[in-house]
Amino acid sequence: MLAAVLSIGGIGLVAAATLGLAAKKFAVEVDPRELAILEVLPGVNCGACGLPGCSGYAKGVAEGTIAPNLCTPGGSETVEAIADILGIEAITIEPQVAIVACQGDNRKATNKYRYLGLQDCNAAQKLADGPKTCPGGCLGLGSCERACPFGAIEMTAENLAVINREKCTGCEKCVAVCPRQVIKMVPLKATVHVLCNSHDKGALIRKYCQIGCIGCHICKKTVPEAYVVENFLAFADYEHIENAAAAIEKCPTKCIRDFSTGYPEGSSFPPATVPVKHPAA
Amino acid sequence: MKLKSFSGGLHPPDSKEYSAHKPIERCPLPEELIIPAAQHIGAPADICVAVGDQVKKGQVIANANGFVSVPIHASTSGEVIAVEPRLHPMGRELPAVVIKPDGLDQWHESLRQNDPEQLDVDSLKNLIRDAGIVGMGGATFPTHVKLSPPEEKTIDTLILNGVECEPFLTADHRLMLEESERIIDGINILRKVLGIDQAIIGIEVNKPDAIEKLTRDCAAHNIQVQPLKVRYPQGAEKQLINACTGRQVPSGGLPMDCGVVVQNVGTAAAISDAVRLGRPLVERIATITGPGIVEPKNLRITIGTPLQYLVDQCGGLNGEPAKIIMGGPMMGQTQLSLDVPAIRGTSGVLVFREEDLPKMPAGPCIRCGRCIGVCPIHLQPTTIAAYARLEMIDAAENYNALDCIECGCCTYICPATLPLVQSIRHAKGGIMAKRRKI
Repeated sequence: MLAAVLSIGGIGLVAAATLGLAAKKFAVEVDPRELAILEVLPGVNCGACGLPGCSGYAKGVAEGTIAPNLCTPGGSETVEAIADILGIEAITIEPQVAIVACQGDNRKATNKYRYLGLQDCNAAQKLADGPKTCPGGCLGLGSCERACPFGAIEMTAENLAVINREKCTGCEKCVAVCPRQVIKMVPLKATVHVLCNSHDKGALIRKYCQIGCIGCHICKKTVPEAYVVENFLAFADYEHIENAAAAIEKCPTKCIRDFSTGYPEGSSFPPATVPVKHPAA
Repeated sequence: MKLKSFSGGLHPPDSKEYSAHKPIERCPLPEELIIPAAQHIGAPADICVAVGDQVKKGQVIANANGFVSVPIHASTSGEVIAVEPRLHPMGRELPAVVIKPDGLDQWHESLRQNDPEQLDVDSLKNLIRDAGIVGMGGATFPTHVKLSPPEEKTIDTLILNGVECEPFLTADHRLMLEESERIIDGINILRKVLGIDQAIIGIEVNKPDAIEKLTRDCAAHNIQVQPLKVRYPQGAEKQLINACTGRQVPSGGLPMDCGVVVQNVGTAAAISDAVRLGRPLVERIATITGPGIVEPKNLRITIGTPLQYLVDQCGGLNGEPAKIIMGGPMMGQTQLSLDVPAIRGTSGVLVFREEDLPKMPAGPCIRCGRCIGVCPIHLQPTTIAAYARLEMIDAAENYNALDCIECGCCTYICPATLPLVQSIRHAKGGIMAKRRKI
C-alpha cells in the first residue's frame, strides 16, 4: 500500500517538475496585442478578411502584415477597437452588404425546363446553364442560404434569395458560392438598387421576365447623376444616391427597389432602416 | 450453359419492341443542316468556312484542334448560310455551320477509294482520323486516340460492342442485321491497325437474330461472337470487357491497361466507309422512338438534321412532348427543344409524354442499399451522394466518386427517387476543380 502511494506520488512529482521546467523553457511568446485583438473580433471565422479564421487575422494584424480594417462583419466598432489596441488612427471602411440583384422569382420569370434534380444551384447550373431562362437570374435553390454563416438569407416561397441587410455582415461567402454572380456587394448606406443581372436586350428580357431591366434609360433621364446604363443594364451610381429614389416610380418594369420601403415581394423581412448598423464614418 | 455477364447492374424493361423490327430507312435531307463544331469529346474543331461558301459532301468545314480532336465535314453539298452559335444538344448555344442543301448531295472530288490491304498502319490511322471517326455508341471519343496506345501497353484483344443495352435503342441491332459486311470489314481494318488477331463481338441474347446472322457471317473471318446475358450497363466499356474476357480494368485505368480495345459496331462500319470508300463520317443510324412518336423508326440520318425533322419523318408527335432525350433513357441527355441538330453521337431520339413519366417526389434515403447492389463499379452511391449534398468533396473522393461511370442504375433503382447520379456528378466536378487548383 505504502509502496504504491510513494511510487505513484513520486512519479507524479517528477512529472510535475519536468512539465513546470518545460513550460518555462519552451514558453511561446504571444504578442499580448494579438490576444487583445482576438478578443474584439467577432469570432465567427467567416474568412471575409482573406484569412481562414479570426485568430489568423489577429496574428497578422499584430505583426503588421495585414491591414487592420479588413474585418467587415465587425464593422467600424471593431476597426476602432483594433486601432486603439495598436495605438494607430482608425481608417474605417465603407460598410458593405450583399444584395441579390434579381427579383425574377417563379411567378415573374420563366424557366427553360423543369428541374427535378439536386437542390443545389451549382449542380443545376451544370445542366444547360441552369433552368432559369434568364442567363443571370437567381436560380432560387438556396446554395447561398446554406453558405451564409449569419443566417441572413431567406428563400421566398417562389424561390428567390433575399438578403437581410440588418444581419448581413458583408463576409461575401454567398458571393463566392453563387454560380451566376447575381449577388453583389454594395455600400450599406445605399438603399436604392437596380435589381437585375441580365445584359440581354429589352425585347428578349420581356419574353422571360416581367421585372428585369430592359435598358430603356428612363431612370437615367429622370435622375441623370444617380444611374449609369451599360450594355442594356442600369446600375445605381453609389457616389450620388441622394435622389435615386425619384426614378423608382418611372421604371417601366419596376426593377429598381428602395429597401427602406420594403424588401422584394415574398420576403418576410421588414423594411430596412438606414443606416442600420455600424454607422458610416 | 450459363451466359457470360458482369456483376452488378440491372435489367430495366428494354422497350425495344417499338422499333426492333423496322428496317433502316434513309431520312431525306431537311431544309437546313446545323453542324456544330463540337461533336466529340476533346477540343472543338476550328471552323474554316465562311457564309456564302459552296461546300460539297465530305468537305472539311472545321479542322481538328489538337490530338484529341477530329475534323468536322459538310454532310451534304450546298451553301453555307450561317456560321453562328446555335442551340447544341449540350443545352447551350455553341458555334455551328448552317448549310442549305442544294439537293445534289455531291461528294467532294478529293475523296478517294482505298484498298486497306495496300495501306500501312499509319496511313490507316490517318484516314480514320481525317474522316472524323468517333465512338458511335454515344460517347464520341475520337477513335484514332483509342487506336494509338502508348508503346508499353500490349493489346491482345479487340472487343466489338454490339450490346446496345440501353432500353429503346435498336440502331446497332438493325445495323448488325442489315449491314454485317461493313462491320466485318471494319473489324478487319481495326485488327490490322492494332496488329492483333483476336476479335470478339459481344451481343446480348435479346437480339437472337443478330447473333445468328453475325455468327454465320463471321465464321470465315476468325471473329468470335459472344452471346451475353441481358443486363444493363453491359455496353459500358469496362463492364463489357469483364463480361467477355473476365478481365478487370483497374480503378482510374483504361481498357488498354488490361490489353483490350473496345469499339462500337457502328464505329467499325464507319471505319469501313472511311477507309474503303474514303467517305468521312457524315451520316449515322439513329432510333427515333418512344411513346411520344407516332411511328417509331430506325433512320439513316444526315449529321446536322434538326430533331423536329426526324420526328416529322416518323409520323410526328403523338401528343404533347414532356421529355425529349437524345441517346438512351438511362444515360442520354434531355433536350431543351426539337430545334437541336442530330450529331455524331446521336444514337437515338426518345420522346415521352407527361403520362409516361414517373411522378414521385424525391424523399429521404431509407438506407435500403439497393443502389449499392446494382452499382456495376461496386461503389456506395448513397454515401457519395450524401457527401456531395454536404459539399464534403474530400470524403466523396475517398469513396472513389471518380470511378463512377454515371450509368444511372442507382437512380433507376432508388425507391426514394433521389438524384444519385447527379449528386455524384456534382462531387466529381468538385474533385476535378480541386485537382486543377492544386
